[in-house]
Amino acid sequence: MWGWFSGPSYSYPEETSMEPLLKMSGISKSFPGVRALSNVNFDLRKGELHALVGENGAGKSTLMKILSGLYKADEGELFLSGKRIVNTGLGEMIRLGIGVIYQELNLIPYLSVADNIFLGREPKTPFGTIDWPKMYKMTRDALAPFKLNISPKQTIRSLGAAHQQIVEIAKALSLNAEILVMDEPTAALTGNEVDRLFEIIERLKQEGVSIVYISHRLEEIHTLADRITILRDGEQIVTKARGEMTNDEMIKFMVGRVLDEQFPQYESTPGETVLEVKNLTKKGICENISFSARAGEILGFVGLVGAGRTEIMQTIYGYRKKDAGEIFLHGKPAKIRSCQDAVGKGIGLIPEERKQQGLVLGMSVFDNAALSVLDLYSTFGGLLQRGKITKEVNTMIKSMDIKTPSVKQLVKNLSGGNQQKVVLAKWFIRHCDVYIFDEPTRGIDVGAKVEIYRLMQNLAKRGAAVIMVSSELPEIMNISDRIAVVFEGKIVKEIRKGELNEEGVMEYSLGLHEQKRA
Amino acid sequence: MNIKGRIDYVQLLKNNGILIVFFLICIGLTVLTPYFLTTNNILNIIRQTSIYGIIAVGMTFVILTGGIDLSVGSILALSGMIAAGMMKNNGMGEFPAAVIAILVGGGIGLLNGLLITVGKIAPFVVTLGMLTIARGVTLIYSKGYPVSGFSPAFRQLGGGYVLGIPIPVIIFILTVALAWFILNHTRLGRYTYALGGNEETVKLSGINVRFYKTMVYVIVGIASALSALILTSRLNSAEAIAGQGYELDVIAAVVIGGTSLSGGRGSIIGTLIGALLIGVINNGMNLLGISPYFQQVVKGALIIGAVILDRLREETN
Repeated sequence: MWGWFSGPSYSYPEETSMEPLLKMSGISKSFPGVRALSNVNFDLRKGELHALVGENGAGKSTLMKILSGLYKADEGELFLSGKRIVNTGLGEMIRLGIGVIYQELNLIPYLSVADNIFLGREPKTPFGTIDWPKMYKMTRDALAPFKLNISPKQTIRSLGAAHQQIVEIAKALSLNAEILVMDEPTAALTGNEVDRLFEIIERLKQEGVSIVYISHRLEEIHTLADRITILRDGEQIVTKARGEMTNDEMIKFMVGRVLDEQFPQYESTPGETVLEVKNLTKKGICENISFSARAGEILGFVGLVGAGRTEIMQTIYGYRKKDAGEIFLHGKPAKIRSCQDAVGKGIGLIPEERKQQGLVLGMSVFDNAALSVLDLYSTFGGLLQRGKITKEVNTMIKSMDIKTPSVKQLVKNLSGGNQQKVVLAKWFIRHCDVYIFDEPTRGIDVGAKVEIYRLMQNLAKRGAAVIMVSSELPEIMNISDRIAVVFEGKIVKEIRKGELNEEGVMEYSLGLHEQKRA
Repeated sequence: MNIKGRIDYVQLLKNNGILIVFFLICIGLTVLTPYFLTTNNILNIIRQTSIYGIIAVGMTFVILTGGIDLSVGSILALSGMIAAGMMKNNGMGEFPAAVIAILVGGGIGLLNGLLITVGKIAPFVVTLGMLTIARGVTLIYSKGYPVSGFSPAFRQLGGGYVLGIPIPVIIFILTVALAWFILNHTRLGRYTYALGGNEETVKLSGINVRFYKTMVYVIVGIASALSALILTSRLNSAEAIAGQGYELDVIAAVVIGGTSLSGGRGSIIGTLIGALLIGVINNGMNLLGISPYFQQVVKGALIIGAVILDRLREETN
């Protein structure tokens, strides 16, 4: 066990080195068959940002669900300002000022910003009806610190991911939260949106709000955290102040082993052009998109969220109707009017939203992996050739090292990284000529990321053209052979690996060069 | 680990809850009324069950995709009436008339399916509309009069026996077997489950969602027509009000059988048990002389009870 009170090794900022605001001590929690947390100690000081780091399944979410009152700890106690919390129910924790912003946002899309922030505690007129003017004013007040152009009457659906995140934060703060738990808040954000969020976090800290911050992005943690706690397999591995751990050390603590390399290298040998897109246009989404992808290489698409990368890929894939432009496969014009056409012509798309678009969560690993090849392994009448399918699927699951007790396990019971591997397995079985990966490593732990990079590289080696859309600059810079930078629906720059550094690519993503030209 | 045996036992109870309820009710009825467990009565129950059981088999496909078909009773009336009309008024043979009835049922299903997939209208709305339309067309076609008196050959379909087993029962069993095979061994079957689980994923996997989703409505349409032929033959009469309210019994059988109304989860064997359970309870309560008014209450409670049982199972898994 790591000594909790062996304080001397840390150095805290002077003003925060008092009695912790929150203390969770000796927390254990088991689920049938799994010990999710064992004797974890965690504390949070006033105005501090304490990062909680660990691979998927390490127990971060369980710990935070105990803090939010969603789960009850089997063992251990919670203290707020030194006083033991007796009732740890959901409502009580909110009343005590603990606000949790989950990874999957809990907003109602068709209701307005005001409705969402004050859901269940709407201000009333003397007649018992909702006092709308007052509610809108309260909403404006709640949003004021964020200096954003959001109307209280706007529906949540009309807001971007970053603004939705901010509405969640505003909601938590309007509940007088002194402690904010943020679970992967930047997963859906990029570039300036992340910067804006960080500014807001900084301001909240200055106002005395304490933050528990869960993230896979180590750079963020180095920027934001005052202290860092690393969990692995439900155990607390280490708690240290920022600056006392390097990136490599953190990764080592997280995975329990030294990763050979965060970005595996390989020599690409680009062959003939497989996919060529000419002047692809879809009104309001993209304009004159032209590029080509060659066999054996990885082509990266980088840009801010909302730049239109996902939409461009979906248009190529026939998920969206294009207004103009041509697509060539192996030099021949290809008519793609639906996803079915695209798949039939040898294109596979691994979508951004794993759960909503990549998997059937209630079905087994086997059924999910087999989904894209049932047409290849069935007779004319649709009769399945079970034997062949079973063989293909089992071989693929084994070769991809998907961690599942059996192929009959429901996909919803797997960890994020393994779920993503099931999505990949589904497409690898099919042997496509072009693979489009949309944010393939989002929300996945470091170890699984490396495996996914290797799998992509293997596809390229096999002679497939691989396209990767990603918001993580280090990943796109290290894994792609060529990079296309997208800004407002246009490819503004195409570069070779190593031609520009991260800052250079960022400038193009932000459209800085476009403004100069204009 | 030392209580593993007991856990498995509890699990077994939960996973097969409806089956156990079914057997308990059967045992109870056997004790209460000696007539219940006679060959005659059992065959009678299954024969009565087969009429809506066949439709429930088709409905299982629809509900597995997350859809619903409220128009089955009206499809039954229309296809039965058209078959009857063809035989009585147009002098058509039994076989061609039966084929026409199946085409009518499948055709209405196709229309339902296209309105849902291409027209992008909610299944509830489309089939609610079709429920009224098909009933109306039946009344227009028949002018409200029943058509009765068919050839002995046609009356065999509902009243005949093969090796001592009523023909409707044989058709019901064959339908269940065929549906089981389709669901487990064909693309259509696997896509049916996948569509109910996550339609978006299926679409992005390059599968023709429109086609397969339309097909399940064609299937339930054909099943309704098949049932119509049996009912018309058995009653020796086609009536414009035939099959009224059947959609409720049919959906009840599917739901009691453990198929989730939100789609993606369920089985044809479950539907078989669900249909038989409704049949046994109807029969048992009649044998015990329980008032039909009271029977309604029991049936309703059964539907809710089955879903609670299913929820318990889900929560423990």
